Order: sequence, then structure tokens, then C-alpha cells
Amino acid sequence: MIALLVRDLTLAIRAGGGFGLGLAFFLIVVVLVPFGVGPEGEILSAIAPGILWVGALLSCLLSLDRIFALDFEDGSLDLLATAPIPLEAVVAMKAVAHWLTTGLPLTLAAPVLGLLMNLDPAGYSWLVASLALGTPALSMIGAFGAALTVGLKRGGLLLSLLVLPLYVPTLIFGAETVGRGADGMATATPMLMLAGITLATLALLPFAAAAAIRINLR
Amino acid sequence: MSLWEYANPQKFTRTASALLPYVGGLAALCLAVGLGWGFFLTPEAANFGSTVKIIYIHVPAALMAINAWLMMLVASLIWLVRRHHVSALAARAAAPIGLTMTLIALVTGAIWGEPMWGTYWAWDPRLTSFLILFLFYLGYIALWEAIENPDAAADLTSVLCLVGSVFAVLSRYAVNFWNQGLHQGASLSLDKEENVADVYYQPLLLCIAGFVLLFVALVLLRTRTEIRARRLKALIARERMG
Repeated sequence: MIALLVRDLTLAIRAGGGFGLGLAFFLIVVVLVPFGVGPEGEILSAIAPGILWVGALLSCLLSLDRIFALDFEDGSLDLLATAPIPLEAVVAMKAVAHWLTTGLPLTLAAPVLGLLMNLDPAGYSWLVASLALGTPALSMIGAFGAALTVGLKRGGLLLSLLVLPLYVPTLIFGAETVGRGADGMATATPMLMLAGITLATLALLPFAAAAAIRINLR
Repeated sequence: MSLWEYANPQKFTRTASALLPYVGGLAALCLAVGLGWGFFLTPEAANFGSTVKIIYIHVPAALMAINAWLMMLVASLIWLVRRHHVSALAARAAAPIGLTMTLIALVTGAIWGEPMWGTYWAWDPRLTSFLILFLFYLGYIALWEAIENPDAAADLTSVLCLVGSVFAVLSRYAVNFWNQGLHQGASLSLDKEENVADVYYQPLLLCIAGFVLLFVALVLLRTRTEIRARRLKALIARERMG
């Protein structure tokens, strides 16, 4: 499993495209927003939690189809499916690799972008905390969507249609945490819900995703 | 005599064809009487005026929008457990109907909301969760359309339906948490003393019965069509081989 993780990480970093691209996309989304709504600091800080979370979510979406598609094309997914470790573990490791290459950099970069969005100073720690807690769920749900569409020629658009509605609860609780944190209110409830979603998806979705891959490899 | 006999496509088609005129006729009757009664023979409500009458379409459509998804969930489970093709096709047949019902509920709600709330759309929890339900239907139908192998399509959509159900419920509560409601509470429950006034209650029940029957008729019809389409495809394939 560790070997698989290392392999996926190396592939993601060396193959180019996937790794930095999500981060750059996040930056561009956040930079574009003020052009759309105007440079007034108050409006920006009011919408900052939402924009930062939506931006993180979209840039997470960008690299989802690469989770399984490349391995499916060159046949290594078949090998992984017949490998001694269970396919569920493979899926979970793939999701972890995806998180390490997108979710984690996004989390680390978010405070800088929060600065651009005039986020209230009290919100920074909550922004990082909620992203760190929420983005694993995004990767895992995305891995499930990628598993559903892995056999399709042009699955990219369909993948986003399938995955985005599933992101709704994570987005709501994530943005709510940052919003409340920035306003100085109690954040325990959304934070706990966010953690619950992440843990539940990590526990259950590998099974659904592995089932989908088995169907697609049939 | 067991329910599983109808897993045989031929048996299903025969029974569905026999049932369709009755179910369809009964649906038409219920809807005609219920809507006619509701629209023309009930008084206008004190603070709603004539807009109250949209309830006869809005409430049954919203009810069926949710129940259609539940039916798809049950059908998907049956397909996953017992591998009856009719079940998978029934789930496929129900999805566009559910989508339409969701759309009807959203549109009638918007038409009603404009004079009453002063806005076509508000980010109210109920409205928002229906919009999310609409997206779930879209994704489900799109996945069916995208996959060529019918068995794989049935399997994958079933898995999506199961996972989607969990997330749909989760979204419903997340949305509740996110914003306070504008929509009135339930006015029609079995376990509550106070429901909507009797004058509106009786035609409403008739309309709901009409919508349920309409849904059943449409599912039977569309499942029959799907079965025939599948058979036609098989015949054409055999022709080509021979």
C-alpha cells in the first residue's frame, strides 16, 4: 500500500500537469472573483469563505479524472484489481495520493489567497482547519465519481455532474465553519459535522468505489 | 404466486399491458375530479386568494418527486441483490418522471412564491434541497445514457443511486443547518392533529392519489417500452450475426 502511494505521488509529481495545475487554478479563480464583484473590501470579506471553499472544490475537481483513467488506459488498474491487497485499499490509497497532491497544497496555499480576499483575521485558522478536515472528503467522493466513469471515453464532464451534487454537504459545513470563525462565533457544530462527513466517506466510499471499478473492469 | 414472477420480462409486459388502461384511466379520473373540484369548487383562502389552488399540483408533484427516487432506490437494490433486469429498467424508467415531477414542484412553487413571498426563488432549505434533488436526477440519467453496456450501466447507476440517496438525505439536513426557512411547515401529516382545512384536504388527497396512479402508469408504460427496446436491440444483433 505504501509502495502504491509512493508510486502515485511520484507519477503525479513527475508527469506534470496535475500537481501544480490545481493550485494555479485555485489562484486564478480567487483572483478573478474581485474582477467580477468589485474591489470593495467589505463585500470581498463577506464572500471570502464561500469563494475560497468553492475555489478549492473546483480545483479539486480538475484532477479527479486522472485518479483512475491513466491506470485504466495502460492496464495497470487490472493488475491492481488482481493484486493481493484488496481493491478497496487501492482506492483509499489513490484517494490519499490525490489528497496529498491537491487537497494538502490547497490547504497550505489558502491563507495567502485569504489575504487577497480580505478575509477577516479571525478566519485564517478556521480556513486552514476546515480545509484540512474537509478536503479528504472531497478527494474520496471524487475517487468514487472517477471510479463510476473510469470506463468512459469522455467522462470528464459527466464526472463533474455526478460529483458536484455530492460535494454539497461538505461545502456547506466547510464554508460555514470559516464564516462563523471569521465572525467570531462558535464553530464546533459545523466543524464536527465536517469531520463526520470526512470520516464516514473515508470509511464507506472505498467499498462503493471498488464495486464500481470491478463493474467497469468486467 | 409470488412477486418475483414479474421479474420475467414477458410476464411483466403482459401484466403491465393489461393493467395500463385501468391505472391510466383511474389516474385521469382522479386528476380530473380532484383538480376540477380543487380549482372550481373550493373557496379562496383568506390570506392567499386564488393562489392557494396551486397546492393541488405543487404538493402531489413534490411528493412524487421524492417517492420516485425512493422507488428507484428500491428497484436498484432489487437489481443489485437479485439481478432482475426488469427492476433495473424500472429504475431507469422512473428517473425522467421523477425529474419532471421535481421540475413541476420547483416551477409551481416559483409561480406561487412570486405573489406570496415576493420572489420567484429564495434559498430556503426546502427549495434548495429540491434543486439538489434535481441535480441528482440529472446525474443519474446522464450516467445511464453514457454507458453502452446495459448491465454495467444498470450496476453503476444502482451504486450511484445508493450513494446518492445517502448524500441527498445528508444535503437535506446540511441545507437546513445552512439557512432558515421561508417555506411553511408540513400541512399534511398523518400524525398531526391540525392539517390543512378540510375544504382543501379532500380534493388534495384525490389529486395525490391521481399523481401516484399517474406515476405508476407512466412507470409501467416506460418500463414496457424499455423492455421492448432491449428486445429489439437483441433481435437486431441476432439478425446481424445470422
